[in-house]
Amino acid sequence: MLTLARRAALSQRGTSSWISSIATSSAIHMSRLLSTLAILEQRDGQLSQGSLNAFTAAKKLGGTVHGFVAGANVSAAAEEAAKVDGIDRIIKVENRIYEKGLPEIFAPLLVENIKKGSYTHVIGGHTAFGKNLLPRVAALLDCQQVSDVTAIEDEKTFVRPIYAGNAIATVESSDSIKVITIRGTAFAPATPDSCSAEIVEGVDPKADTSAEWVSEDLAKSDRPDLATASKVVSGGRGLKSKEEFDKVMLPLANALGAAVGASRAAVDSGYADNSLQVGQTGKVVAPQLYMAVGISGAIQHLAGMKDSKVIAAINKDADAPIFQVADVGLVGDLFEKVPELTQKVKSS
Amino acid sequence: MSALRILVPIKRVIDYAVKPRVNKAQTAVETAGVKHSMNPFDELSVEESVRIREKKRAPGGVEDICAISAGPAKAQDILRTAMAMGADRGIHVEVKEGDDLEPLTVAKLLKKAAEEQKSNLVILGKQSIDDDAAQTGQMLAGLLGWPQATQASKVEFGEGDSVTVTKEVDGGVETIRARLPMVITTDLRLNEPRYASLPNIMKAKKKKLEKKTLQDFGLENEKRLKVLKVTEPAPREGGGKVEDVDGLISKLKELGAL
Repeated sequence: MLTLARRAALSQRGTSSWISSIATSSAIHMSRLLSTLAILEQRDGQLSQGSLNAFTAAKKLGGTVHGFVAGANVSAAAEEAAKVDGIDRIIKVENRIYEKGLPEIFAPLLVENIKKGSYTHVIGGHTAFGKNLLPRVAALLDCQQVSDVTAIEDEKTFVRPIYAGNAIATVESSDSIKVITIRGTAFAPATPDSCSAEIVEGVDPKADTSAEWVSEDLAKSDRPDLATASKVVSGGRGLKSKEEFDKVMLPLANALGAAVGASRAAVDSGYADNSLQVGQTGKVVAPQLYMAVGISGAIQHLAGMKDSKVIAAINKDADAPIFQVADVGLVGDLFEKVPELTQKVKSS
Repeated sequence: MSALRILVPIKRVIDYAVKPRVNKAQTAVETAGVKHSMNPFDELSVEESVRIREKKRAPGGVEDICAISAGPAKAQDILRTAMAMGADRGIHVEVKEGDDLEPLTVAKLLKKAAEEQKSNLVILGKQSIDDDAAQTGQMLAGLLGWPQATQASKVEFGEGDSVTVTKEVDGGVETIRARLPMVITTDLRLNEPRYASLPNIMKAKKKKLEKKTLQDFGLENEKRLKVLKVTEPAPREGGGKVEDVDGLISKLKELGAL
């Protein structure tokens, strides 16, 4: 196993520093060479496909990769995750107290399982779930988490955007356990294959807390999920009202098979739901096509979409900053141009 | 219900409207001569604390609102702002300019401060707009062993120290309930922070501002992460404009996006 892990790591990196670090490491160090626990998300027993990108990031590190899933009824999710190529083990804890991912009990659960497995790395998504949970885990382990990682250079060097993506920092962690959250759009989700990792029961410390889950209200949508959609059409203040937003943006989204996003201005004015906000404080997306309609392009908005493959913008202000990043821009009245575009996309 | 003793950690950051520039040596972002202000999410924390008192939302009342900031001497400016908004007093933990603390160190500092101040509610911003880490509140809750409610858009107080918080999550909102003491982090939708009025700014100058150091809390500025380099993101070139919708469609097809 160790040889395999080492070979995998070498093929990933192939650097001499790695070899020299092996030569100098003690036997104790060797025994805990690179093993990663990837934290998977599930809802109602369904594995969140988006969380499988933790596997992709984990495999970049080299070494053994285990997955972790906990909740009320997670056997099917564990089996699905076990099919992913290159995964050695899935740890599952079946207990309904973990279903809603309350960090007060989920963090101690993870800490116990991380300690038991002597993992060197713990990876989760920089999602609402991961952001809520992993810093608590890191603090309990006395580790300084590295958040929203967009690239892994080696087992201790990570790249992450700071200042709303206006600067990119490369940081080296000296912690014995590296807890990191990854940006979903930077690592493609692993796809379940025909492999079968072993599935084992994890330890369940059943921690106690006064916190309880009360309810949730999730926006229902038949459209693709904003965070993972290949096309996103996004509306801003220029839409003027919720009625106009729905009338102009939704048909365009339907015609393109795109997810709908919004700028903070549109969300604050009540044109669109909070969960659709793209930007530093909302979702970070990187689709094939991002179409910004009536969005000026403030830096906080750009932080959420500037890694999109192709950016198109429709805005009546020819000097709007969005045109500085757009691959293709159209200056014009969106109430005219967007319906025309919708028609032409539909009929083509 | 116990009277609330609220601790509000605030951070001085480069103003949100300023486009940060990476320094020549590629070691950090240029901060000299750049406008700084209170982290926008922390303004929401101060505002929420003051509103809880003003609107008498907590059955046990609000006994104390204490703002705390760790940073260079200039961090006192944002502590004065917090006091002008309605915080009762401030604690400034002086840290050398450029000697930033990591979230884990801040969380350890705040744990000690919360214990010393006998706080039963800590309200923090969900993230600071400089480091974008989004960790401190959760780490603090973990170290204290208190419940946490992150990305709050609504906070309500009930009987028996119960607090109900609506949180923004991916795809919608989630509501949780816990008992004091607890940690809450604020999201943008929570409220709209007020501007400090001139009379309140004058009054804030008379409020108590305690000065401390990390050593007073038995801590050192321990760095677990070494910044190897800071670079500008790859520039994105605008691809120019098209005349009409047909031009837009054909350009998108050409780029393989349609």
